[in-house]
Amino acid sequence: MPYGEAMLTISRELADTIVAHARADHPDEACGVVAGPAGSDRPERFVPMENAERSPTFYRFDSMEQFRVWREMDDRDEEPVVIYHSHTATEAYPSRTDVSYASEPNAHYVLVSTATDDVEFRSYRIVDGVITEEQVKIVEAYG
Amino acid sequence: MAIEVRIPTILRTYTGGAKAVDATGATLEELIGDLESRHPGLKDRLVDDAGLRRFVNVYLNDEDVRFLGGLGTPVADGDTVTVLPAVAGGAR
Repeated sequence: MPYGEAMLTISRELADTIVAHARADHPDEACGVVAGPAGSDRPERFVPMENAERSPTFYRFDSMEQFRVWREMDDRDEEPVVIYHSHTATEAYPSRTDVSYASEPNAHYVLVSTATDDVEFRSYRIVDGVITEEQVKIVEAYG
Repeated sequence: MAIEVRIPTILRTYTGGAKAVDATGATLEELIGDLESRHPGLKDRLVDDAGLRRFVNVYLNDEDVRFLGGLGTPVADGDTVTVLPAVAGGAR
């Protein structure tokens, strides 16, 4: 078994939407979140974020946009179930930078690589500096 | 009255799991000092020798304190201070 018990279950529509965002912003890194009901572990609401760095090698959420989006999630009793970003010239594996800034221990960190035509879509937990890759299960609809 | 400080998930180990705690002070710097006296260890996660840590966002009500006065920003009873770790990373 290459993975532990951790798994991201995400709808095909949301996964496709994340990939489309990554492709649209290529060669800059794209980023965003998928919010879901707190404690549900179910990504539901796609929220693309601006990459304040507009960079092919770095991303950072705009601080005011992040404030609004985080408050909105709080008001709706949601949490960031998925935090995604793209790597545009390297594989979809967390870099040292990704690990050092990972700050949502409950989130699935999705990485999309647009380095090749065949887009990679992978998911990780990053807790206390430790990367754990998890299986991605793409479903047509949540049961 | 006091100032409400909203704490992100990753820092709630310092607040016994609380999502929000009260603190007092006339400036953000004093407020963080007061927080430290109640929740030891928190200060070091928010500031370093150069001031506010680069990858921590602190908001006074609806504004990023970087656009106000940083650690010198005046705060008053009834204000809300929100701490959010920046979401950032990248290919290298």
